[in-house]
Amino acid sequence: MLYTLCFALFLVGLYCVLTKKNTVKIVIGLGIMDYAVNLFLVLLGYRHGGVAPILDRSTNPVDFAARSVDPLPQALVLTAIVIGLGVTSMAIALCIRLYEKYGTFDVTQIRRLKG
Amino acid sequence: MKGMTVIVKTITRWVKVFIFLYGVYIVLTGHLTPGGGFAGGVIIACSYILLTLAYGKEFALKRLGPRTTAGLDSGGALLFLLAALLGLGYGGIFFANFLQKRFPGREFQLASAGIIPIANIAIGLKVGASLFLIFIILSILRIVLDEKGQQSMVQHWPEGKGEE
Amino acid sequence: MSSFLPPLLVAVPLGIAFLIPLVARRLERLADALGSLATLSLLAIAVIMFPLRGVYRIGGWNPPVGINWVLDGLGNLMLVVVNLVSFAATLFSIRYMERYTAKPRYYSLFLLMVAGMNGVILAGDLFNLFVFLEIASVASYALVAFGGRHEELEASFKYLVLGSIGSTLVLLGIAFAYAVTGYLNMASVSTAIAGRQSSPILLLAAVFFIVGFGVKAAVVPFHPWLPDAHPSAPAPISAMLSGVLIKALGVYALSRVLFNVIGVDRAIATVLIAVGTLSMVVGVFLAVGQWDFKRLLAYHSISQMGYVVLGIGLGGYILAIGGARSSAALAMLGGLFHLANHSVFKSLLFLCSGSIEQATGTRQLKEMGGLRERMPLTRVTCTIASLSIAGVPPFNGFWSKLLIVIAAFQAGFAWLAAITILVSLVTLISFLKVLRYAFLGTLPKTLREIREAPALMSLSLVLLAVLCVGMGLLLVPAVRGLVLDPAVAALSQGLEYARVVLAGQ
Repeated sequence: MLYTLCFALFLVGLYCVLTKKNTVKIVIGLGIMDYAVNLFLVLLGYRHGGVAPILDRSTNPVDFAARSVDPLPQALVLTAIVIGLGVTSMAIALCIRLYEKYGTFDVTQIRRLKG
Repeated sequence: MKGMTVIVKTITRWVKVFIFLYGVYIVLTGHLTPGGGFAGGVIIACSYILLTLAYGKEFALKRLGPRTTAGLDSGGALLFLLAALLGLGYGGIFFANFLQKRFPGREFQLASAGIIPIANIAIGLKVGASLFLIFIILSILRIVLDEKGQQSMVQHWPEGKGEE
Repeated sequence: MSSFLPPLLVAVPLGIAFLIPLVARRLERLADALGSLATLSLLAIAVIMFPLRGVYRIGGWNPPVGINWVLDGLGNLMLVVVNLVSFAATLFSIRYMERYTAKPRYYSLFLLMVAGMNGVILAGDLFNLFVFLEIASVASYALVAFGGRHEELEASFKYLVLGSIGSTLVLLGIAFAYAVTGYLNMASVSTAIAGRQSSPILLLAAVFFIVGFGVKAAVVPFHPWLPDAHPSAPAPISAMLSGVLIKALGVYALSRVLFNVIGVDRAIATVLIAVGTLSMVVGVFLAVGQWDFKRLLAYHSISQMGYVVLGIGLGGYILAIGGARSSAALAMLGGLFHLANHSVFKSLLFLCSGSIEQATGTRQLKEMGGLRERMPLTRVTCTIASLSIAGVPPFNGFWSKLLIVIAAFQAGFAWLAAITILVSLVTLISFLKVLRYAFLGTLPKTLREIREAPALMSLSLVLLAVLCVGMGLLLVPAVRGLVLDPAVAALSQGLEYARVVLAGQ
């Protein structure tokens, strides 16, 4: 059930990228898509009634492995969020430079390359 | 960018140190508690961004200039790579946790888990410096109107700093 | 594996990329030296590493707990090709990039892109593949926009949006693979998938991978970013993008995931053949009418990538229907050989266009003419490259296209072979047009004073041209057994990859 909500979020992001005319809104759409996939990844590791995957002195390792949520997707998502950060900052820098050159944020006007 | 009101400036002056310290704490205990390099680096960068927002660009850039930040950025990445290559040299394989083999600390102490705290510190340094640098670069552009009424974008560095 | 060389392929470019802003901020000569030294050493390491096979466990952790790097025939071939083209492009950029003001930053980004590509080729773990894919992609977005002119920024933005969607789809595919199997290591995923019959989730994962890597490989219908991005980038970057990036990130990653992890069945192979044929035809017919030299070359890249995908797909199809292994091997040999050839001659063509642009200041074919008198070296190398891409014997393009045609006949797809030959003819037509307008004819008055390209740029052109002529020799059986057959074996062994990797720890 939650997975379909993630997909709905992904589709919202995709809709945003496809139909919006402002370059900044397109970048926001890309970000939404990224976060939807990250959310999906984290949800994959969930286990009902599980505990957070943090070891300390008092936990029993065997017991812990059976009861904790899966920590691997969390590590993946950490990296994926930082990658998304890098792409978003690159995209915003491009939007600013595009505004400087074309004078507009409107994608339909930024169309000098044809063919 | 002239900064904000006196209330904001006063509170920032007291709070920013704690934010920075919190970020450093998250970086250093990355192998024991959630967080690690990325999250701690973002918080460290946020403390400097708060400084910039409250006091204005000139003040913040005098404290931590762009050249120093870029140097810290590259330094963090090189430190990470150095740790990995030392693993190659001493441990026989890339990224081997050679410190854990040689000086194994007791578990759950601050000085344990070999190479991982060093990697966390390097990443925290790099992410923090990178985010602050991105913020500075994106915020120095401003639109000015010249004599003909045309809009153009110029880089508005505070005086006294170089071109980079 | 006991060799220490594989990590150097990623560590050296990363290290020098971050060293350059520290020490060579303003010193362009030092940055030149560091950059060239880096790519030269990478080429040397890739060549020395060529006979190595095995699994490199990072950190000493065994798979599936740890991340591992896998060296096999296909990977080593790609590594040599990628680092060779990077070296040639670096040599070329020493003189070409002087017109841009921030040359040290260019070298940093370039080396980051090379590090990303090397990592993609070496990766034996799906998420590691994704991380290196993103490193190389983001570096390439920045490099396409390097000049800062309006067309470069526009092209870079389009490239960024489409490439980002592709990467997100790849991540979604990885998430699905993890959801089904619980592993991220390619060999472990493959073993886990082989046990169960095909579920719709796996099919969805395969579709996401095809679309995601297809965007990176610029096959039709995911190609719209390429005709804008490749011409607008500076010439050595165009050579890298067209020559190696779309191959390492797109076709190589796609074939690695489809053949060795998910396993190619009839449906997937049919999709590959369809996509390949479509790319071939659409690319070349859109290319013929172009008057911008680099845009024409970009459309031809789409077409030639179609050849490679067609060859690999044909091989997969023959294997999936249980046909003769020798014809499947022939098809894959043609596809992979064409991959290597295309890297060499397409990067040579883009570097030639760069040298023409440096001398004449234009990319439009209508404004050039008669360059044969003033730029003889560029003319010779460009002619060699054009004849290679058009498939004229004895240059390397001819042999790889011939193999694909023969394989198509042997598999019973005579109409595919006919389309392939037709596309070759149209390619020949468009390159004859290029040669006639650029080099033959009369020199316009404005271009009387141009000179031949500087020595370093010409050196890289000559290096690649020699390879164009000599690579036909790779089909001589003794050499083929060393170089190309292991690559074919790595792909056609399909799901056996998992056993080899997991056993070889």
